[in-house]
Amino acid sequence: MKLTRRNVLGLTAGAAAFAVAGARITPAFASAEETEKSIMDFTGGAAPAEGKITLTAPEIAENGNTVPVTVTVESTMSGDDMVESIILFADGNPNPAVATFRFSELSGAALATTRIRLAKTQNVVAVAKMKDGSVFMDKKQVKVTIGGCGG
Amino acid sequence: MASKPRIKVPKSASAGEVITLKTLISHEMESGQRKDKDGNPIPRKIINKFTCTFEGQMVFECDLDPAISANPYFEFNAKVPSSGTFKFAWLDDDGSVYEAEAPIEVK
Repeated sequence: MKLTRRNVLGLTAGAAAFAVAGARITPAFASAEETEKSIMDFTGGAAPAEGKITLTAPEIAENGNTVPVTVTVESTMSGDDMVESIILFADGNPNPAVATFRFSELSGAALATTRIRLAKTQNVVAVAKMKDGSVFMDKKQVKVTIGGCGG
Repeated sequence: MASKPRIKVPKSASAGEVITLKTLISHEMESGQRKDKDGNPIPRKIINKFTCTFEGQMVFECDLDPAISANPYFEFNAKVPSSGTFKFAWLDDDGSVYEAEAPIEVK
């Protein structure tokens, strides 16, 4: 790219906007990278696959204080086909961790429903760890309406 | 102080049936993120763990973080081999434990 006057102006404005946004967000909210890191800590470095796990969350949450979420994993819950634990993250909250569910053979099915807090529009991520070591992930974006402005 | 937890467990089930359990406990789940009107942070006070056991065996457990809403609600499944009692426990940050139990008859 040639350094024309127009390009230089555009770049500077972009960089400035980015710096301001970055400075405002970093101290208060967790980032996607931090969530990524927490997922890796949970899986022990294994990259999660898609499928098997289903995260159900509303597309638009009017009240970020109680957002119902359900997570299920296809599993017979016996022998090696067992879900050991499911972890939930919200990548735009001040702290990405939301909850960790643990199951046993008495659970019958790998299903959990609870209500969570979301600070702003963001992704909710669910990661399931199976007994045989495989990991599965699902992600949903939830739009959070703040202050009832109907957006 | 949390009030008496509410639990919903079917009275009976057939052998091998997967049943649904629901629990709700009143608790403010103070996240530790909020500030009072003088600008001082309000200390965190949440329920940090919930467990459900059947005759001493773990059925379902959850570690809670401050992102769980006030009055934590859980819905989960269980498959029990025989008649017995479900025990539920909620562990508070301040060390208190809130407990509840419910019997079930397996035909």
